[in-house]
Amino acid sequence: MKYIKQFILILAISFVGEVLKFLLPLPVPASIYGMVLMFAALLTGVLKLEQVRETGKFLIEIMPLMFIPAGVGLMSSWSTLKPLLIPVAVITVVTIVTVMVASGHVAQFILKREEKKEKKHA
Amino acid sequence: MRELLTDSVFFGVTLSIVAYLLGDILKKKTGLGIFNPLLVSVAICIAVLAVAGIDYETYNASAHYLSWFLTPATVCLAIPLYEQLELLKKNWKAMILGIGAGVLTSLVTVLVLAKLMGLSHQEYVTLLPKSITTAIGMGVSEELGGYVTITVAVIVITGVLGNIFAELICKVFHITHPIAKGLAIGSASHAIGTAKAMEIGEVEGAISSLAIAVAGVFTVVAASVFAGFL
Repeated sequence: MKYIKQFILILAISFVGEVLKFLLPLPVPASIYGMVLMFAALLTGVLKLEQVRETGKFLIEIMPLMFIPAGVGLMSSWSTLKPLLIPVAVITVVTIVTVMVASGHVAQFILKREEKKEKKHA
Repeated sequence: MRELLTDSVFFGVTLSIVAYLLGDILKKKTGLGIFNPLLVSVAICIAVLAVAGIDYETYNASAHYLSWFLTPATVCLAIPLYEQLELLKKNWKAMILGIGAGVLTSLVTVLVLAKLMGLSHQEYVTLLPKSITTAIGMGVSEELGGYVTITVAVIVITGVLGNIFAELICKVFHITHPIAKGLAIGSASHAIGTAKAMEIGEVEGAISSLAIAVAGVFTVVAASVFAGFL
C-alpha cells in the first residue's frame, strides 16, 4: 500500500500541475508546475519526504526509458528535418559545448571564490 | 503476424525496454560511451520498425505509455532537489548566474551560427529554444512562429547528445565541481541530459533538475527578445 499511496500523491500533484497549465497563459508544461508544487509542498512540510520518496526515486531511475518514444519519433520528423540537417547538426553540437562550458565555468568561478572566502573566515 | 505486432498494446513498450537493456549490456561489456543505452535503444527500435515495416504512429500507440510517466517523473525531480536544500541555500548565487550564463550563451550561439549560415527568421526561431525541456521549448517555438516539429526533433537530439557527451565535455573543459557539472548538464541538455547527471551523482542530478526548470523559464523571457535580432 505504501507505494500506491506514494504514487497517488505524485499523480495528484501532476494533476494540479495540469490545472495550472490550463489556467495560466504561459508556455510552461504541467510537469514543471508540478515540480515546483512538489518542491513547495516538501519545503512547507505539507508533504513529508517519506510520503513520496521511494516511488519518486524509482520513477527517476527509469526516466531514460521514457525518452525512447520521443527519440524514435525522429523517424517520422526526418523528412521535415532533412533540408535543415547541416545547420541543425552544426548548431546542436556547437551549442552543447558552449553552453556547458559557459554555465559550468561561471558557476565554478563563483563557487571557488566563495569557498576561498569561507576558508579565510574560518 | 504483422497484425499481431501492430495491434498489440505491449509490443512498443516491450521493444523499447528490451532495446534499452541491450544497450545497457552493450555499454557494460564494451565500456564505450558511444554505446549510450538511450541512443542504442532508439537505433534498435528504428531498425526493427523499418525492417518490420511498422510506422511510428503504430509503434507509439503502444510506446506512448512510457512517455505517459514523464510528467510524474519530472514532478519527482523535486525530491532530490529538496534533499539538497542546504546546498541550494548556500550556493544560490552561483546557480542563478551559472544557469543565466548558459541560457544567454545558448541564445547567442544560435543567433551567431544562424547569421553565419544564412538561416531565415522562421528557421532561426525554430532553433532558439533548443536547449530547454521539450514542453517549454515547443511553447516558445510556437509563440515565435517556428516549425514546432523541427524544434521537438532538435531538442531531442540535443538531449541525447548531452546524455552521451556530458561526461566527456566536463572532463575536457575541466568542469569538476559537482554543482557546476549539474548546472552545465541541465542548462545544455534538459531532462534527457539530467538522466545522465542522475547517474553521475546525487548532487549533479539534483542541481541538473533545478537547471531544467530555471533555464526553461529564463528562455521563455529571453527568447522573445532574441527573436527580434534576426
